Amino acid sequence: MIGADAIIKCLEAENIEVVFGYPGMAIAPFFNSIRDSSIRPILVRSEQNAAHAASGHARINGKAAVCVVTSGPGATNVITGIATAFADSIPLVCITGQVNSELIGSDVFQEADITGAVESFVKYSYLVKDANDIPRIFKEAFFIANTGRRGPVVIDIPVDVQLATVKNYSYPAEITMRTYKPTVKGHAVQIKKVTGELARAKRPIICVGGGIHLSGAASELRDFAERYQVPVVSTMMGIGALPTRHPLYFGMVGNNGKNYANRALDESDLLIMVGARLADRAVNRPEHITKGKILIHIDVDTAEIGKNAGPTIPLVGDAKQIFHQLRELECELTIKHDDWVTTLENYRETMKRTRTPNPAYVDPAVFIRLLADKMTDDSIYVADVGQNQIWSCTYYIVRGGRFLTSGGMGTMGYALPAAMGAKVAAPDRQVVAVCGDGGFQMSMMELATICQHDIPVKIIVFKNNSLGLVREYQHHAYDDRYSCVDLDGSPDLCQIAAAYGLTFLRLHDMNEAEMMIDSFLANDKSVLMECMIDPLDLVKER
Amino acid sequence: MKRIYSVFVENRPGVLCKVTGLFSRRDFNIDSLAVGETEDPSISCMTIVSSGDIRTVEQIEKQLNKKLDIIKVKTFDELSCVSRELILVKVRIKKDRDNRREIMEICELLSAEIVDMSKNQMMIQMCDTTERISLLIKMLQSISIVEVARTGTLALSKCTD
Ligand SMILES: Cc1ncc(C[n+]2csc(CCOP(=O)(O)OP(=O)(O)O)c2C)c(N)n1
Repeated sequence: MIGADAIIKCLEAENIEVVFGYPGMAIAPFFNSIRDSSIRPILVRSEQNAAHAASGHARINGKAAVCVVTSGPGATNVITGIATAFADSIPLVCITGQVNSELIGSDVFQEADITGAVESFVKYSYLVKDANDIPRIFKEAFFIANTGRRGPVVIDIPVDVQLATVKNYSYPAEITMRTYKPTVKGHAVQIKKVTGELARAKRPIICVGGGIHLSGAASELRDFAERYQVPVVSTMMGIGALPTRHPLYFGMVGNNGKNYANRALDESDLLIMVGARLADRAVNRPEHITKGKILIHIDVDTAEIGKNAGPTIPLVGDAKQIFHQLRELECELTIKHDDWVTTLENYRETMKRTRTPNPAYVDPAVFIRLLADKMTDDSIYVADVGQNQIWSCTYYIVRGGRFLTSGGMGTMGYALPAAMGAKVAAPDRQVVAVCGDGGFQMSMMELATICQHDIPVKIIVFKNNSLGLVREYQHHAYDDRYSCVDLDGSPDLCQIAAAYGLTFLRLHDMNEAEMMIDSFLANDKSVLMECMIDPLDLVKER
Repeated sequence: MKRIYSVFVENRPGVLCKVTGLFSRRDFNIDSLAVGETEDPSISCMTIVSSGDIRTVEQIEKQLNKKLDIIKVKTFDELSCVSRELILVKVRIKKDRDNRREIMEICELLSAEIVDMSKNQMMIQMCDTTERISLLIKMLQSISIVEVARTGTLALSKCTD
């Protein structure tokens, strides 16, 4: 057995069924060995999208997905995808080919120091020097990616190591790493403090982030919120942790969030943050958040607690575990929260923003709600970046499915490849990607991938012929002095769809919206649907 | 505020770079750095002196603990540890040799040692706290320093019963 065979064996041992990748000389042994295995390689059209596709796959499958690329330009192309996954704590294992070990450091053809380059966006990285280390390194890599605060791990493997003989291959059953022991269980004393505070609180609120999804704690969260009647808000990454229409859910917080969600946060006297970073996008001036309230911060990563705002009660551990531990401690509330919930319901009713849509175009707000209502209960909605993302966050209704987006990095072009990965992970679920015409053009080469590998993804492009969110920013901040936001020269999407043999739909205004959404969703193949959006529309009217 | 971190790491290539990279990436200061093997050759100890507000010095410890090549981090303030630096200073002896006495007096006062000498130069060694080492440099500056080599701070927590 050679190194490349050992890699495949390791992936099989980790129950990996699919890899997203792009070949090259330095990873040729791997792509040769994969032919003898049942692992399905999916050839993408650009390496960045291999990582995004793996990210979509991992988020739906609940464990690390794999992308495989070659050395040099292949490896550097994948960096944005790795950084995007890192910012949202998505577990990935990214295998990169490398030049011959003896040549490392001599700047030969297609050599790039990838482990050096990605150091600040990976949870860990390896440069494999001995083929006999492959089983241990893969075992560790998957363990690292899938535990604690999830994240991407890079394994860089020189081509000669892929070709070297592996003696006595065996996949280790156990991990022995003296440097890595993630905390899973919450500290009993801290757990007690949480119930103590909850019992006393008049206006408690839970703010959830992406950590709920990563730890698979949605039902535990729901159980906790319902049992104690605690209202819930979420960050962008936390959307869908509680169904949008759950009576205790009060929307997304932050500068692009719901004003009633922010008000709820402000007026609470006990804030329980779970699996959220308290970052600038979610919380305006995090340092002020502790004023007049008790802050409990629950996170699997100790370093997130107290990084942006001082918590009153830090609680390190996995969200699911901690909800279970909280469940075991009976908590007698001294105060009912009914009045508080009623107040928030009142805010939710009266503080709704009104829009003034232009009837000559598709109104994204109404369109997204309509689409959400017609999508299946367990469907997956993937939002890109820009105005379309903010509209998606604001108007999409999650019932039992998932809402995916690039929250931490805000990487344009994420939606299409991530939707592709999600669809591969859940072929029976409806998957819809919604992007702007700018973001779509950053990844539209992947239309070929979905055709080649028969991955029926539904794609919606909000066409406003501009980089809408930047245009909106220039409108507010530069008094309409527009610079480089016009997308003239973009292709006719009808012809693009035809070129790939995809069904195409174009929606001009809301008149035919219902009918068109029905036929869009009814089609069991990939469909490209273009919605004409008013270029002057704003996510925020000031 | 000042903090001294004893960072025990896997003794492998690239680890020093990862640790210092963390400091630059997060805009943490490194006031001084010293690295060496411990009694266990598979483990190195990096002694890092840094400073910042309370949130920063806490973050440094937490971020260090997150790095997967780091086995253990011990953090001290200056009062709870014994810290030392080593310095070697080469000074020029004047043609008429009338500064030799002065150099020797400074060494005597600060318990520094003369470790090498030629007709025109003298090398002084001193192992002491950062403050006293700085004092030595200040005193010798008036005499004409040729060159200086100085380690970072080394520190261990004070002995316990
Ligand atoms: C890769 C990348 N480059 C640049 C940006 C900055 N940016 C944020 S939103 C945006 C405009 C997006 O335009 P479009 O995809 O057409 O969506 P719209 O805002 O019009 O809905 C840009 C350029 C980004 N987020 N990602």
